[in-house]
Amino acid sequence: MIDGYNFGYLDEATKRMIRRALLKAVCIPGHQVPFGAREMPLPYGWGTGGIQVTASVLGPDDGLKVIDQGADDTTNAVSIRHFFGRVAGVATTESTPEATIIQTRHRIPETPLREGQILVYQVPMPEPLFKLEPRVAETTRLHGLAEYGLMQVKLYEDIARQGEVATSYNHPVMVNHRYLMSPSPIPAFDNPKMHMNAGLQLFGAGREKRIYAVPPYTHVQSLDFEDHPFKPVRAPYACAICGSEESYLDEVITDDQGGRMHVCSDTDYCASRPPV
Amino acid sequence: MIMLQTEALAKSFTLHLQGGVAIPVLRDVSLTLCAGECVALAGPSGAGKSTLMRCLYGNYGADAGRILLRHGGALVDIAQADARLMREVRRDTLGYVSQFLRVIPRVATLDIVAEPMRARGVPADEARARAAALLTRLNMPPALHGLPPATFSGGEQQRVNLARGFAAGHPVLLLDEPTASLDTGNADVVIALIAEARAAGCAIIGIFHDVAVRDRVADRLFQVQPVYEPA
Amino acid sequence: MNALLEATGLHLRFGAVRALDDVAVSIWPGEVVAIVGESGSGKSSLLRVLAGMQRAHAGRVLYRDAAGATHGILDASDAALRRLMRSDWGFVHQNARDALRMEVSAGGNVGERLMAAGQRHYGNIREVAAHWLERVEMDPARIDETPKNFSGGMQQRLQIARTLVTNPRLVFMDEPTGGLDVSVQARLLDLIRGLVADLGLAVLLVTHDIAAARLLAHRIMVMRHGQVVEEGLTDRVLDDPRHPYTQLLVSSVLAA
Repeated sequence: MIDGYNFGYLDEATKRMIRRALLKAVCIPGHQVPFGAREMPLPYGWGTGGIQVTASVLGPDDGLKVIDQGADDTTNAVSIRHFFGRVAGVATTESTPEATIIQTRHRIPETPLREGQILVYQVPMPEPLFKLEPRVAETTRLHGLAEYGLMQVKLYEDIARQGEVATSYNHPVMVNHRYLMSPSPIPAFDNPKMHMNAGLQLFGAGREKRIYAVPPYTHVQSLDFEDHPFKPVRAPYACAICGSEESYLDEVITDDQGGRMHVCSDTDYCASRPPV
Repeated sequence: MIMLQTEALAKSFTLHLQGGVAIPVLRDVSLTLCAGECVALAGPSGAGKSTLMRCLYGNYGADAGRILLRHGGALVDIAQADARLMREVRRDTLGYVSQFLRVIPRVATLDIVAEPMRARGVPADEARARAAALLTRLNMPPALHGLPPATFSGGEQQRVNLARGFAAGHPVLLLDEPTASLDTGNADVVIALIAEARAAGCAIIGIFHDVAVRDRVADRLFQVQPVYEPA
Repeated sequence: MNALLEATGLHLRFGAVRALDDVAVSIWPGEVVAIVGESGSGKSSLLRVLAGMQRAHAGRVLYRDAAGATHGILDASDAALRRLMRSDWGFVHQNARDALRMEVSAGGNVGERLMAAGQRHYGNIREVAAHWLERVEMDPARIDETPKNFSGGMQQRLQIARTLVTNPRLVFMDEPTGGLDVSVQARLLDLIRGLVADLGLAVLLVTHDIAAARLLAHRIMVMRHGQVVEEGLTDRVLDDPRHPYTQLLVSSVLAA
């Protein structure tokens, strides 16, 4: 662990402040809690919110996994994992079942979480209504009064224009039958995993300075219509490496002749299965 | 049975825009009207006949006196009636055929005539059928029934007005110059309508400019004395 | 029968200006009441206070819902007022653009209140929206167009459809024909007249257009400097105006 920095980079007072916000968030599932986001050694838009949440819940005995679009080996995942290795000295892992804390950018691991695990999401825009109603004063009121007709209108418009709901990622969800929440830009395919999850799901938005949470075993429902029910969508292929027909796939361009292959987005899941 | 009775009814107009000059029009008018009767208001032009009629209808507000009307089985002083009661009175008991049809754009003649019946709960089909029958009787051919009356002649508009007034079957009816713009043939139809209404127990007050018509329909005259004396 | 809305002793000041000076008004189911007056008369303030959009400094406003329960409006919570405005009440603004979502299709605009009330069947919502477009004399084939391309009159009719879709018992209208061409106004007034009669709506209509008041209203209230100077049956007030200001107002109206 590097000299001259507190455990996990943030000072204890800051961690306490963030933990208070997290506690409040856990008590009001889906509700956005403002917090005093700190200056972090990476710019806004690169996961500062997620890092601050992770730093606040991390302890010396934890095992940390960091993924970016499902992969442990992309630049951002590697950087953040190394960062915590240096400022906290904690054990890091690429294995989903072995980790105690998983920080993720835009995916939920394929392997179901167990009780005691924490999933920390990096969130760019915490406000699900932002594109429809940019005024913060108004969205605050809408959330307070549980007036979410506007979002339903957006889905109506999608169906009217395209015949189906257009949100392929960041599909809004209703949490605990009360708050409309942005699940962060995870694919709509991942939404069902949030429902009744055994793990604790925490969300941090650093630039917007908001924290929210979904406690274990919470009801999470994707918005839809009775006659246009929500359907998780994945590419209709098997993973070229492990053969899975259930995991979310990345499409990889292999040459300049139009060659492509489909492989699991979740690298650990794919690697833990026998190759075809 | 007394259907309408005024006691010392008075009405004057104060013209604030002309320095507040007061023009008395009615003073101490006491009139009684029984079921089945037709009373004609008589008097020189400007004596206040139309004003009296409008006071009875609530279109003008009386300054003093009472206007007792048999409404809902009892005599009610409608000079003191609030707006809601007056609406009810006009819907159920008191009908008024003015001298000129107030034209509402875009509404068909048939619906204008049917409207008072609809307001009393008569189903749309039945109301329109009765309206059509009455219009036809007043020599308004079916081709005109679907048109708004804005482009009709004065006589045609007046016949629409009359049909509207007679169709609903109010127990008390006020008629202001009902045959003024009509030819003899149509005037005869109106005379017949008045007779039928009276036979059904309707009480009618009318202003008839045409003395011949007046003498055929009225039981008696009620003289309206002019109050205003020229200087 | 009990009044739908009953207001007494309303006072409202903006600095030294008395916008409402001891105003009382009641409205019964199925009644159209017009509040007329010139600019600064207080008529718009009165409407806003009655609709819970503005707090009066003194007075009482009581609303009686379909179940007979009374709600105090002046000290009602935001949540209670918004609930009323979503279900029992409607508000038609002078400028349709203040009420419509210009980027949302006509169908979405009309269906929004249904969705806000919890309706979740796309097909049903669309059908109801199409029905209401027809009701306000719009071509239901335009259900997917946005109001950006509609004329002012069409936008206003869309606003009316959007307001009436939840079958409100009481509708507040603030100069609904203001700013529209004369022929468009006539058509809109007739539409409103027909809908009010068919649906048995109670309407509180603020207008400076006396002819519109005569056409639509059963009762009329004349306001000046925050006070009600005269009120009564519409034809009585307009044909036999007693108060000097009413006489001035009526005599100022040009007849075509």
